[in-house]
Amino acid sequence: MAEVPIPKEKWSGKIGEVTLGATEEDGGPLERKVTVGGQTGMPFLSFENEYPNRPTIAGEVMDTLREFPELAKEPFGDALQDPVEWARKWIEEYDADLICLRLLSTNPEEEDTSSKEAAELVKRMIEEVKVPLIVYGCEHEEKDAKTMEEVSNIAPDARMLMAQAEEESYKSVSAAAMANRHAVVGFSNLDINLAKQISILLTDFGVQLEDIVADPLMAALGMGLEYSYSVNERIRLAALMGDKMLQTPMVCDASTGWDAREATDEETPGYGDVHERVVWWEFTTALAALLSGADMLIMRSPYAVKMVNEAVDDLLGGD
Amino acid sequence: MPTAIEIFKHLPKTNCGECGFPTCLAFAMQLANQKVSLDDCPYVSDDAKEALEASSAPPIRLIKIGTGENQVEVGEETELYRHEKKFFHQTAYSIIVSDSASEEERKEKVEKVKDLEFERVGQMLTVDMIGVRNDSGDAGTFASVVEEVAGATDLPLVLFSEDPGAMGTAVEKVKERKPLLHAATADNAEEMAKVAKDAGCPLVVFEDSGLDALADLVEKVKSQGAEDLVLDFGASSLKETLEKNHIIRKHSVKKTFRGLGYPTFIDTAGKDKPVMMAMIATMKYGAVVAMDDIDPAHALPLFVLRQNIYTDPQVPIQVKPELYPVNNPDENAPLMFTTNFSLTYFTVVGDVEKSKQPVWLQVVDTEGLSVLTAFAAGKLTPEMVNDALEENGTKEKSTRGEIIIPGMVARMSGKLEEVSGLKVRVGPSESSGLGKYLKNLKSA
Repeated sequence: MAEVPIPKEKWSGKIGEVTLGATEEDGGPLERKVTVGGQTGMPFLSFENEYPNRPTIAGEVMDTLREFPELAKEPFGDALQDPVEWARKWIEEYDADLICLRLLSTNPEEEDTSSKEAAELVKRMIEEVKVPLIVYGCEHEEKDAKTMEEVSNIAPDARMLMAQAEEESYKSVSAAAMANRHAVVGFSNLDINLAKQISILLTDFGVQLEDIVADPLMAALGMGLEYSYSVNERIRLAALMGDKMLQTPMVCDASTGWDAREATDEETPGYGDVHERVVWWEFTTALAALLSGADMLIMRSPYAVKMVNEAVDDLLGGD
Repeated sequence: MPTAIEIFKHLPKTNCGECGFPTCLAFAMQLANQKVSLDDCPYVSDDAKEALEASSAPPIRLIKIGTGENQVEVGEETELYRHEKKFFHQTAYSIIVSDSASEEERKEKVEKVKDLEFERVGQMLTVDMIGVRNDSGDAGTFASVVEEVAGATDLPLVLFSEDPGAMGTAVEKVKERKPLLHAATADNAEEMAKVAKDAGCPLVVFEDSGLDALADLVEKVKSQGAEDLVLDFGASSLKETLEKNHIIRKHSVKKTFRGLGYPTFIDTAGKDKPVMMAMIATMKYGAVVAMDDIDPAHALPLFVLRQNIYTDPQVPIQVKPELYPVNNPDENAPLMFTTNFSLTYFTVVGDVEKSKQPVWLQVVDTEGLSVLTAFAAGKLTPEMVNDALEENGTKEKSTRGEIIIPGMVARMSGKLEEVSGLKVRVGPSESSGLGKYLKNLKSA
């Protein structure tokens, strides 16, 4: 009888764990917290990867519907009118582990909601939904600096994940996060060396490695997914081989799937039902992220989330 | 491939120079880099030749299914991760027709496969093979349906039957098409191997009780003289698909276990999550994926995933260097240009679409390089931009008499104004700034 050995890799490194949110026992205001990371091998190989924490899913919520696609509205209905209700729906009905709040309305070129008002929304979200939050600004450097400071201070005990620190502008958001020991997203643009660079910059600046979640930019299916897939794999391999600066847990934004032209194309004949297709587009992007190393996903469609959960149940399941 | 030192051990070490290199070691180094052939050495012994050929055999056997221009090749992979070199042969998809379906259903399915065809960045994304499954249990029915389907498609065929008698009769009708036969099992191995060997067709070896038993069955089938094999370990879950494919691929490329060096076959028919299983198999080492059916809304993301994963990491995907109208532009819309590197193009188009501002976007052929790289390498000059504008009649599309250029190449402004006769506006350095830029341009 032949004997096929299990080719278990003996990695010298492992992925760090970052806990988001704080409950009563930590003196925090929430009813749940999530721990991200901790993988000890390549994704979903049960013989080398212990997976102490299941991949985590953050449901996307925006404070304005300006950029939110029509096709994505149906599952949320009236709840879209209030970000807090939208978030509640994610948690109570659609199995999100936490919420990713994008404060897009703070954009000075658009609605120009004040930083203070934006922070009030964060506070209401924490008091009413009581789950961990990832908070993004509006990609306007000066405004985000102000907003993140307000957000950090309005919920100092909530252990949020503040986004995002980039090579060109990392100081204000990191300082805002550090002030109250929130965690921070270290963003890099599709390159393993830049991913390492942002970790180095942040730690040199004083951020603890245990407070960093890396975002190496997940390009969507059909929009450069193959680059992200390989960059993620290289980051994960280097981390497992012992590169500390790359051992931060990885967050991938799968909602980028909605930006692919073919995902939402309603004109080309033969492409099949657009509702079904766009959900699969997001799901496929998420699955490629998970298989290449993602520890946390940001997602837009509850239907895609349901599929991700089914896939993860299976991949982590018994034989 | 063995290393230069491993090769050197087998050479005569006489430094005779007749191979064209001064020493045997120099020759060995060339050989290790696959620059020369072992035949160039007139004195190498037959034993040494055999040893070297065995150690340079591909870790995963190349299997050809079908004939002619639709022939499918799978196997001969050398890597665990695509960034290490590339994945050579993309996953082949097969749709299965049941021989117990009605004639109308069968016809409909074969026609449907023809419709599952998408053109994307210059490639056609399609189903690769059609399977016929002997659900009827009747040899005569199977053979006649195989013949009917063979007549209705030019694609390679996969024949599914565990009855060597039925397989033998059916394969007789289509053996010149070199179908893939599924499958030799523990119960029929000798006879099925003989059918495959006699017909000269590749054969799937099926064993779902574990890889140890699969390796034993492979040995058994090989001993009957069938060599072109594909492995089906009977994947029942996503986990099993991923882990067993990983184990087989890793052992093969790392040469830690040689008995399973064949491409794998994932049969999703009748499984819980067939499309997800096909996706896992596509990312993680599946060579052939069989499906009962697939909805176009699932096929497009699956096919695009395959196109993405099997892209050569060293050869960027390029879009056609054409003029692309974005957001229904008219003569008042501005002109812009970018490069034909797919990632650059997709990012720019995405950002322009999001801005909802109409634009005439000229894609310039930079051989798949991004803006700054192309500019630095001399593959994006003002002359080239102007040639592209001229060839596509782009300047006549807009009455504005100006063009927006990527901020990264602001340095070409003067020269481009000179050669094109257009006023140059320097756009943002990052594509993400386009939305704001275009809106400001409109209100200016």
